[in-house]
Amino acid sequence: MLSVHRVMGSETEFGLSQPGNPGANPMRDSARVVDAYAGPRGLRSSQNFWDFATESPLADARGFFMNVADADISQLTHMPQESVEAQYLANVVTENGARYYVDHAHPEYSSPEVLTPRDLVTFDRAGDLVALASVRRLEGTEEPVNLYKNNTDSKGSSYGTHENYLVDRAVDFDDLVAGLIPFFVSRQILCGSGRVGIGREGETAGFQISSRADFFEAQVGLETTLRRPIVNTRDEPHADPAKYRRLHVIIGDATMAESATLVRFGSTSLVLGLIEAGLVPKLELDDPMQALWDVSHDLSLSTKLPLSDGTSMTALEIQNSYYSACVENAGDDADTTEVLSEWKRFLDGLATDPRSLSDSIDWIAKWVLLEGYRTRENLDWDHPKLALIDVQYHDVRPEKGLFYKLEKAGRIRRLTTDDEVERAVVSAPDGTRAYLRSLAVTRFSDSLVAASWDSLVLDAGEYGIVRLPMSEPLKGNRELLEDRLAEVHDSQALLQALGVDRLKTTNDERGAI
Amino acid sequence: MSSQEQVHRDHSAGGGEPPTEPPEAVQGQINTQNVDSILDEIDGVLESNAEEFVRNFVQKGGQ
Repeated sequence: MLSVHRVMGSETEFGLSQPGNPGANPMRDSARVVDAYAGPRGLRSSQNFWDFATESPLADARGFFMNVADADISQLTHMPQESVEAQYLANVVTENGARYYVDHAHPEYSSPEVLTPRDLVTFDRAGDLVALASVRRLEGTEEPVNLYKNNTDSKGSSYGTHENYLVDRAVDFDDLVAGLIPFFVSRQILCGSGRVGIGREGETAGFQISSRADFFEAQVGLETTLRRPIVNTRDEPHADPAKYRRLHVIIGDATMAESATLVRFGSTSLVLGLIEAGLVPKLELDDPMQALWDVSHDLSLSTKLPLSDGTSMTALEIQNSYYSACVENAGDDADTTEVLSEWKRFLDGLATDPRSLSDSIDWIAKWVLLEGYRTRENLDWDHPKLALIDVQYHDVRPEKGLFYKLEKAGRIRRLTTDDEVERAVVSAPDGTRAYLRSLAVTRFSDSLVAASWDSLVLDAGEYGIVRLPMSEPLKGNRELLEDRLAEVHDSQALLQALGVDRLKTTNDERGAI
Repeated sequence: MSSQEQVHRDHSAGGGEPPTEPPEAVQGQINTQNVDSILDEIDGVLESNAEEFVRNFVQKGGQ
């Protein structure tokens, strides 16, 4: 039976702006943002703190490696240390087991691994509080920085909101591609965040459903910064590569509305379950790229997308067919039931009156707001006030961010509470190795040399520097370790408690063994 | 804080209980009165110079 339960995580690259100083160096400001969070909390921030040994951004899921010399510098996650800009590559593991760092020219929060869409919502939103804490810290400086959880400046640049899903390695990658393309092309009606302007530079006046659609150019590919593909082939599982694949989804929008985030991750997890079980609807779009753009540009949701069998379907009809296949095969755990119920509510609302979902889906909340201004003040779509509203909707400050204004006014549904989100800033989620990473940062920070998604590097005193692999995302969790490690306070004892029993001292005692 | 920002600080924002009932849905045609009250509130926090703000919001591309 299908379940939404799956190891998942979100990544948010924040747009950033130094008020009144558009020429400010965004890499420097991104580093200031990360350091402003890490410093007061006593968290270490440096490129060397991240253990890059297992990163392979140029590995392609189709089975080959890209040559480093052929790669664009923006494809390398680990910039050479001698590069002038390397000094700005701040890297922090936060108390909840997330990563907060400089990615290209943006600060990025990568959530800890979670098991449920509900936890995803909570830990994704915890990242917005992390960003807010950075903004607050810099408010009192000469160069304050504001952060926006959005995806474009509508001047040609886009930056990502990524999703990660652990997938069974046995699934053929071509089956993933075939099953996901029609799903992703149509999914934007559920979880687009809306955008003023059509085209990469907003060259045509108007409003569209997705903030990212216009920046995608390929169906499948390795790149994430150029020639962006609907299905990204980066093969970097951050886990046992014989068992797992990490599907790196780059096509999503930055959702603020919690219901939209829940459906974005929950429906995708279920569809991956369909693909793993060989139960996914057999749909093939005739022209996926054109369909992606057409769906985003059609607020009436009526565009018929040609299929390769000569028939055609609307995005809503395609979504209904995925939804039906999921319902038929789904289990009845509470998390799965909630996602299916919300997904169905979205599909029904979109079919009858999309505006009825202005409390749940960002593109509709934003659209209703913009139409309100257009009507009241008789504004054309190219009026700067509408472009401002489009950006300021995503401001992370509750007193400035228009999403937060709508939410506080009771116009947006909320699933979490403030307490839950604040707790998620400092405490790891249940069920995954994020707990051990969190523990290492909070309780063993003096001996933690480096960390990554699937490793900890510890200074174990006389035993030397020990690299502890965490290649199984479901181990190292709170349930397995909390009691066992309750009385453990140094790195040697930690390693022993974890069953690392082959420690040798680094002194020249080998001859005596 | 830059001079181009209007400061309407509300430290209670984001606090409090979530709404106990789902907000009233906007049916069919936009309910102008319903929307207008929030427009007034939002007018109070919008950056004061929209044109300058939008012109200055320039990002480098990311992933």
